[in-house]
Amino acid sequence: MTTVIRRASRRAAPAPTGPPRLTFRQRLSRADVKWSPYLYIAPFFVVFGVVGLFPLLYTSYLSLFDRDLLDVDGAFVGFANYVELFADKQFWTALGNTFSIFVLSTVPQVVIAVLVAALLNTRLRAPTGWRVGVLLPYVVSLVAVGIIFANLFGTNYGLVNGLLETLGFDRIDWQGNRFASHLAIATMVNWRWTGYNALIVLAAMKAIPKEIHEAAMIDGARAVRRFVSVTLPLLRPTLIFVVVTSTIGGLQIFTEPKLFDAMPGSNNGGSSNQFQTITLYMYQTAFETQHLGYASAIAWVLFLVIIIVAVVNFLLTRRLATTGAEDDR
Amino acid sequence: MRRNQRRVLAGAIALAAAVGLTACGGSNADSGSESGQIELTIGTFTEFGYEDLLPAYEKTHPNIKITHHKTGQGGPYHQQLLTKLAANSGLEDVVAIEEGHLPDVIDKPQLFNNLADIGPKDVKPDRWLDWKYQAGTAKDGTWIGYGTDIGPLAMCYRTDLLAAAGLPTDEASVKAMLESWDTYFAAGAKYVQATGKPWFDSTSQIFNAMQNQLDTGYIGKDDKLAIESNKDIKRNWDKVTAAGNSGQTAKLVAFSPEWNNGFKQGAFATKTCPSWMLGVVKEQAGPDNAGKWAVTDAFPGGGGNWGGSYLAVPKQSKHPKEAAALAAWLTAPEQQIKAFEKTGNFPSQVDALTAPELLNSTNPYFGDVKVGTLFAAQAEKVGKAQYKGPGDGKIQENATSPALQAVEQGKSPEEGWQQAVDAAKKIVK
Repeated sequence: MTTVIRRASRRAAPAPTGPPRLTFRQRLSRADVKWSPYLYIAPFFVVFGVVGLFPLLYTSYLSLFDRDLLDVDGAFVGFANYVELFADKQFWTALGNTFSIFVLSTVPQVVIAVLVAALLNTRLRAPTGWRVGVLLPYVVSLVAVGIIFANLFGTNYGLVNGLLETLGFDRIDWQGNRFASHLAIATMVNWRWTGYNALIVLAAMKAIPKEIHEAAMIDGARAVRRFVSVTLPLLRPTLIFVVVTSTIGGLQIFTEPKLFDAMPGSNNGGSSNQFQTITLYMYQTAFETQHLGYASAIAWVLFLVIIIVAVVNFLLTRRLATTGAEDDR
Repeated sequence: MRRNQRRVLAGAIALAAAVGLTACGGSNADSGSESGQIELTIGTFTEFGYEDLLPAYEKTHPNIKITHHKTGQGGPYHQQLLTKLAANSGLEDVVAIEEGHLPDVIDKPQLFNNLADIGPKDVKPDRWLDWKYQAGTAKDGTWIGYGTDIGPLAMCYRTDLLAAAGLPTDEASVKAMLESWDTYFAAGAKYVQATGKPWFDSTSQIFNAMQNQLDTGYIGKDDKLAIESNKDIKRNWDKVTAAGNSGQTAKLVAFSPEWNNGFKQGAFATKTCPSWMLGVVKEQAGPDNAGKWAVTDAFPGGGGNWGGSYLAVPKQSKHPKEAAALAAWLTAPEQQIKAFEKTGNFPSQVDALTAPELLNSTNPYFGDVKVGTLFAAQAEKVGKAQYKGPGDGKIQENATSPALQAVEQGKSPEEGWQQAVDAAKKIVK
């Protein structure tokens, strides 16, 4: 709107005499209106430029070099790092691990979070107590979570295997078996994040107008039907947010597998990299084996992978959530 | 609205990161010399036992002021060390470098001052055990670090478990059992047969000790990968994995929670024991197992060393001469004996190894054995310094150790070997 008016007025005032001269104060106030907003948001962009954009660009530059940490200057190799990366078995293993852990953690996490939110949304005694209770795992330090779960999933003396044995099952090699290790790590992630996501979803549920539910009730819809046909579609923006953030988080899982490794401080992700994630591989390459150029290439590929997955997720979630609620467009 | 919130959040995070970043960079306090005072900084990790020594040095050198930067864990410390070496700023004037991390910098002598040039002239290599001095010297002759402590290897064993398995426990018989790796594994086979329980904690702990006894490490003198060309490495691999697959390994990764538990459960009967390991054994096995563990001055295949550090003066130091003087003083036998009394770090200086304070020290947990005398004897048994080229430590940590663990988890020894070779190639590429 404003632009239209401004354009129109500019056209309306022919410029043989030029625009009227403005006083200094007027110009100052004009500049204030024009530039102040940028000034106010500048701190973010400056900081983002320094710690976000610059590293991003420098990493892309670095990924074209064969440079080690203590090399003063590396050799330019073009895209050789990327070529090598795509032929690197360990990279594909790490990518597979990442996706496996990501799926094992994100999918149950979002589903359970929505269900927990639905439960919390019913009439409960002491609702705040329940909500805080759900959030508690999120407050616990990640390192503490890692150490405790690594103990629980210990192969020889761990509690989980002890329980399994009491129940008559075989012991599971949580460290050695690839799928078991992913499951253990995903459990760690889910334990920590489900409550957090549940609260976000709960907030969105609370924002759904009562009238819609009442209207559905009058139409004869029962609780389940109302949940599927009313609540879920209206949760769409929130679900997209939850899915996108947990995608970004899920593809960057680092601390959990690092602390899960039996070898203290190891970045190997298990004896044969069976639970090494991409971020862990990147970290190992950069700061342990110190191939900075190669690590930069990994970082960039991870960046692209996350963008692709986030877009796919976004589209999928939109598709899924719109069915049944076309009319709100 | 939501977008705004997220932006604010991102901004806050970015800001926090920026603050954190500047906080990290601020440690490089410039050495002010207004009043003729020289400020020196020294960086160490875990416990070096220098807390009382540094004020004493300041007292005798009134123009020197020392700031001590202590890091709790060795891993993060060395990572910082390498990053600051690469950035060419931010390092202390005197830095401690652990033996296992030394190969990472030993081929970059240009980043360090040559202690032979800047150090006090009366400090000669013969202050240290020869192998300790040799390992701290770069190939081009640059003397990178003064030795602080060492970790001479002996063997710890559970007398009660040995007796229960019908194995002899008197010292002479145990020493005969620890004559060579073959006799050690043969005794292990007997132990497994009698009890069905494992003999040692993990194959990588044994393999690393065997590897350290070879003339050259994973990297040859030409700084090329020798894991395949050096046939002794594969021979050791075959022996260890054979013993492991016959039930001698408890499959417990060293320093993991499960390994700690293994000490309490008596999951293994023997343990390769550098001097500093006695404290670990005592802590993990706990009072319930007091008097059951013993240690003797014998080790399969001679001797060996695991651990110990150096003090170096990086090129970025503004007061290299003063820093070298401090490092030389700290690594003098008298000071290292004091550090030994405080922390148990075993000194690497020839004169310190004959000091009565050391020779008469005992360890009540291990049946009041004269540990000082015992480990001094073991230190003498360490042969030549093994040449460790760049990447050697990383190969042990990220190639062979995980591969041995993979064999314990079910891979065949040949598959495991291939994994180790592939990983080693990647590390040194």
